[in-house]
Amino acid sequence: MARLAIEHLRKSYGDVTVVDDVTIDIAEGEFLVLLGPSGCGKTTTLRMVAGFVPPSAGKIAIGPRDVTGLPPWKRNCGLVFQSYALFPHMTVAENVAFGLEMRKTPKADRGPRVAEALRLVQLTGFDTRYPRQLSGGQQQRVALARALAMEPDVLLLDEPLSNLDAKLRQEVRVEIRELQRKLGLTTIMVTHDQEEALTMADRLVVMEGGKVRQIGTQRELYEKPADRFVAGFIGRSAFVDGRIEGDGRFRSKGGLEIACAAATGAGPATLALRPERIAVGSDAEGLANRFSARVEHAAYLGALLDIHVSLSEHDRMLLQIPNRQGFVEPRPGETIAIGWAGDAGLIYPLQS
Amino acid sequence: MTAASRPSLGRIALNGAAGIGLLYILLPLIFVIWLAFFRQEIPSFPPEGYSLKWFGAAANNKAFVSGFVLSLQVGVAATLIGLLLGVPAALALVRHRIVLGPAVNTLLLLPLVMPGIVLGTALYVFQIETEIATGLPVLGSLGGLVAAHTLVVVPWVVRLVTASLVGFDRTIEEAAQNLGAGPFTTFWRVTLPSIRPGLVAGGLFGFVTSFGNLEMSLFLVGPGRTTLPIAILQYLEWKIDPTVAAASVIQIGLIAVAMIVTDRYVKLSRVV
Ligand SMILES: Nc1ncnc2c1ncn2[C@@H]1O[C@H](COP(=O)(O)OP(=O)(O)O)[C@@H](O)[C@H]1O
Ligand SMILES: [Mg+2]
Repeated sequence: MARLAIEHLRKSYGDVTVVDDVTIDIAEGEFLVLLGPSGCGKTTTLRMVAGFVPPSAGKIAIGPRDVTGLPPWKRNCGLVFQSYALFPHMTVAENVAFGLEMRKTPKADRGPRVAEALRLVQLTGFDTRYPRQLSGGQQQRVALARALAMEPDVLLLDEPLSNLDAKLRQEVRVEIRELQRKLGLTTIMVTHDQEEALTMADRLVVMEGGKVRQIGTQRELYEKPADRFVAGFIGRSAFVDGRIEGDGRFRSKGGLEIACAAATGAGPATLALRPERIAVGSDAEGLANRFSARVEHAAYLGALLDIHVSLSEHDRMLLQIPNRQGFVEPRPGETIAIGWAGDAGLIYPLQS
Repeated sequence: MTAASRPSLGRIALNGAAGIGLLYILLPLIFVIWLAFFRQEIPSFPPEGYSLKWFGAAANNKAFVSGFVLSLQVGVAATLIGLLLGVPAALALVRHRIVLGPAVNTLLLLPLVMPGIVLGTALYVFQIETEIATGLPVLGSLGGLVAAHTLVVVPWVVRLVTASLVGFDRTIEEAAQNLGAGPFTTFWRVTLPSIRPGLVAGGLFGFVTSFGNLEMSLFLVGPGRTTLPIAILQYLEWKIDPTVAAASVIQIGLIAVAMIVTDRYVKLSRVV
């Protein structure tokens, strides 16, 4: 049974629906990431789980408990706020002990549990400091320790790393994930950072416009994006607009005839290609689709080369090729041969 | 010498003006304190000598002592009630969209700007009417006096607590609730400590305003029930010896101590 079940959750402010029919099951001990562009309803979803936003419709259950109508203080969800929200007038130890105090944990047990929580986040010895005496990274870890100390049924993290600098973010990512695995905590993390989401999640939920676009593992999202949005949001895609001419046959707006196994039926559609599936030069020989392309722009990114090309007046795409030994990036204006296999593309409905 | 190292004319003028302002405030205080230590009965300069006897006279003056006790009682009671009313009012005004909120805000500050005579007259009439309507003794009672003084305490509390609430980050209240604290515990453990500077300063200024209030109280005191400022005024009608100065010095001392003690907990210059 799911540890946390969110069913048909909806939130409207007046006429505006900011979370729309969200259904997610999270398994015991799973690390689930809500990923989506800013404003897509991630925080609102998380705050409904924590009890700060009353849902307009839907149900939230933690284990066997239906918590939909419960106030925040009866939910036992540990929430780490984006701004950390440490109590400025309490020391680190008092902050961490607060949840235990609220649960009427005997005084004698609190000390060891606070110490244990601080040890987990590597802040042993910081007990008597005040939040203002800590760096951003340390404050973030106090917030985490405070949530962990109360032994929550689920851990909720709202963009926990967004206020840290890039290097620290990398470290804390790993730390949080190790800690979560060790404690077996059922966790939802919210982020708009794709890389962060991909490196940390067991499973991801891609949201857009208040709706769940796709739920799946990294591989599922990358290899079988459910729609054009996910195909463009998780990793990059080159999109070719056109129409399906018949099973296996796609014709681009610019008139290119493309063999595509995913094309079935007929009608307007978009073909999505992962940039790294497109071969260049002699690698393109023998592939089902071969075209000559004019280079518009090439960017040297170290391990990769980004090459923007146009195949016809109406067909542009991005190629991403590994920077192999001795490879010289083509110059703008040059013509190169490119190609891809018949099974490389995915088909989505054409968006206006 | 460069122009930068020479104090500019503007700066000299500013410092001069500030100095004159400060002197203007401090001079009467300095004179009263000085006067309290004169030996002779009729103040004249230069003093004939110095003595502490007027402090003894002030402490032995029954009207002063009972006035002091009453002023203290009224001040403390009015401050406590003012806090109980003013803090929720400030919270409501800052956090909720209240019908006519800005108007209510202005109304709450009114007792501070209204002349004491006007306030006193209005309350006098109101208390008499209340007495007639209910048959209860209101005018001249301790309750009536406390109610009136509460009126001048509330604006201070509302103003200063509002100021300390404006920069307050409400997510820490959510954090408390997330950790299992109900609304009351959240208020007590998280909200209140955060607005304490405004609370303490508001209470202090409210108390001082109540303690020194003369005009409004003149209308509302009853026979045998006189506040210290009124007792001093009445004494001055008969005598002008330094007993009054000594009583004032004691008051100034008490208020100074209250300010200094308060300042140790909250930096007053930061909240006012
Ligand atoms: N209290 C509110 N009233 C009206 N609109 C809101 C409220 N809270 C959030 N929204 C709107 O809901 C949308 C989703 O917000 P949010 O959940 O914070 O997005 P995210 O966390 O994904 O960036 C935004 O467009 C935001 O403006
Ligand atoms: Mg957000």
